[in-house]
Amino acid sequence: MTQPSNTPDATTSMHTAEAPFVDIRGLTVTFTAGRKPVRAVDGVDLQVQRGEVVALIGESGSGKSVTLRSLLRLHTPRHTKMGGQMRVGEHDVLALSPGALADYRGRVASMIFQEPLLALDPVYTVGAQIVESIRRHENVSAAQAQQRALELFERVRIPSPGRRLQAYPHEMSGGMRQRAMIALALACRPQLLLADEPTTALDATVQIQILLLLRELQRDLGLAVVFVTHDIGAAVEVADRIAVMYAGRIVEEGPARTLIREPRHPYTLALLKSRAHGALAKSSRLETIGGAPPDLSALPPGCAFAERCAWAQDGCRQSAPEPVLLAPGHQARCFRTEATAPTVSTPAPH
Amino acid sequence: MSGASTLLEVRGLVKHFPLKKDLLGRGGGVVRAVDGVDFSVHTGETLGVVGESGCGKSTTARLLMHLIEPDRGDIIFDGVAVGGRDLSLKAFRRQSQMVFQDSYASLNPRLTIEDSIAFAPQVHGLPYQQAVQRARDLLARVGLEPRRFAERYPHELSGGQRQRVNIARALALQPRLVILDEAVSALDKSVEAQVLNLLLDLKDEFGLTYVFISHDLNVVRYMSDRVMVMYLGQVVEIGEAEALFEAPRHPYTRALLSSIPSMDPDRRTEVPPLAGDPPNPINPPSGCRFHTRCTQAQPVCAQRVPALASGGGSHPVACLMFEAGSGHTAAPDQAVTSTSATAPAASLATEGA
Repeated sequence: MTQPSNTPDATTSMHTAEAPFVDIRGLTVTFTAGRKPVRAVDGVDLQVQRGEVVALIGESGSGKSVTLRSLLRLHTPRHTKMGGQMRVGEHDVLALSPGALADYRGRVASMIFQEPLLALDPVYTVGAQIVESIRRHENVSAAQAQQRALELFERVRIPSPGRRLQAYPHEMSGGMRQRAMIALALACRPQLLLADEPTTALDATVQIQILLLLRELQRDLGLAVVFVTHDIGAAVEVADRIAVMYAGRIVEEGPARTLIREPRHPYTLALLKSRAHGALAKSSRLETIGGAPPDLSALPPGCAFAERCAWAQDGCRQSAPEPVLLAPGHQARCFRTEATAPTVSTPAPH
Repeated sequence: MSGASTLLEVRGLVKHFPLKKDLLGRGGGVVRAVDGVDFSVHTGETLGVVGESGCGKSTTARLLMHLIEPDRGDIIFDGVAVGGRDLSLKAFRRQSQMVFQDSYASLNPRLTIEDSIAFAPQVHGLPYQQAVQRARDLLARVGLEPRRFAERYPHELSGGQRQRVNIARALALQPRLVILDEAVSALDKSVEAQVLNLLLDLKDEFGLTYVFISHDLNVVRYMSDRVMVMYLGQVVEIGEAEALFEAPRHPYTRALLSSIPSMDPDRRTEVPPLAGDPPNPINPPSGCRFHTRCTQAQPVCAQRVPALASGGGSHPVACLMFEAGSGHTAAPDQAVTSTSATAPAASLATEGA
């Protein structure tokens, strides 16, 4: 069951003028279905302002999707233990009653998924699903809801929108389905849009169209967006800020520009270097990260990345680092941020 | 590359998949998955294949392996027609192997990975003990310590480890050609880098030739010596990787390459290089198949089918803008000189900037 913890500092930040729209503090998510409990999210703090796009990046198992899904409380309560605080607007997400949660989903925050064919209901037309969603939340007539659905389809640039509303999900192409799902997510005018790898299954040519659409909608509607992706390139295209996750924690967070140009956490550095990019010489080998991410059911006491880190020292294995502020808005959870400063960019011997 | 010998040659390859008719006998069209493809793979090179989904790149790969039978066309391996009297399918498959995207689906869940790798050599006549020894050597070679891994089942491995097993299995018959169909696409970036490095090392060590299919253009550029761009079942451009990425000729290649995220927050894409999804290969557009999405299209493009030819430029391209006397206003005159043939490329480049 979900239980908000009573951290004393959670109340103090709420009354400031620039209160973030999304305020996650000390979020922990533990899955208890298996033999050993798995700590998928291990203390995530994340703030998102209105009208801001934050990208959560990381590899499989880093906890980025679990964090995102927690914002809608999509994890099975029976097998999930959640702790910490999550506020979205005036809602305390972890304390919402089942009825209030149903109102909150779609109306305040809604989500688009990686695979629209699985997220959309195959036996209803896309138009019917949008109409249903609108009428679930608002007291409007079927005709009015139909009209809103049409406007939404125009908004997400679906060609011949009137005809497409009558289409079933399988009758649409991949890019079109993703647009339809965005329309569905926006049906009840949410203020927070959560996007879980929305372009991963798409071709590069279609991916860029969807990314541009998301950027445009976010700008026009003033949405707060949390965008989860494993593709740094896609994150850079849309995000104002980027947060890098590793083993259930945000290890580095900063403005997109800073994070790409001056990454300071060894994991971010390694991730950026391991990408095959444009002008890479043929004869060179890609730089790889040795080893594998830690077992989430037996996290080490120290920094979770220490085992794979070229800069790690003994202290890194004993206690977990707290975030170090490097510049306004740029922080990294690392004991050795002086060593990763841009002037010293090559890994020093231990 | 002109002096290199040809390991694999493909001529006029065609594969149409018939559609089922409905109850009233309607429908029944054909999906023109691969529709007249010619290319060759030189010995020792990596040929990259790119294109959107539905362009026929995976169908081409399966045709090369004879996993599906082509409707028309010839596949010639090392000078001998595949499947003919001189090179049976079994003999061909000893020399040509494939690695698929889904590392789990391509392994038998009931065989240990050692047995999976040793299976094919036994089919081809190697005694069990020797086949297992070869499997263990290969496991060690792809970075999976045999003592720890040989007895494991596929579900006990991570995605990256499973793909290493698939690579080891592909090498078990000591092939000359390996077809990699989105072999690293399902892997995380850091694991992908490890597998790509492994593929490059193995290529050097065993003198392999790769056909490398991927939708990740950066990875294709890094891996490939030459690159082939496909659109709706046809080849639209083929050439040296650096030339093609630095100076793409076909408008489709240009659009495809400018869809790559810039990795620079100050140089974000503002206008999508291409609108819409690729058209349906059931009823491909007439003339040049790209004309419905092409910014340079003119009426002639809907009527005339462009041929894949160099037209005086650096590498072959199938576009009427480069075809002398095609009727496209950007096309060179009949009396073509090599300098005038490159002019359309230059004018496009300034428009794109």
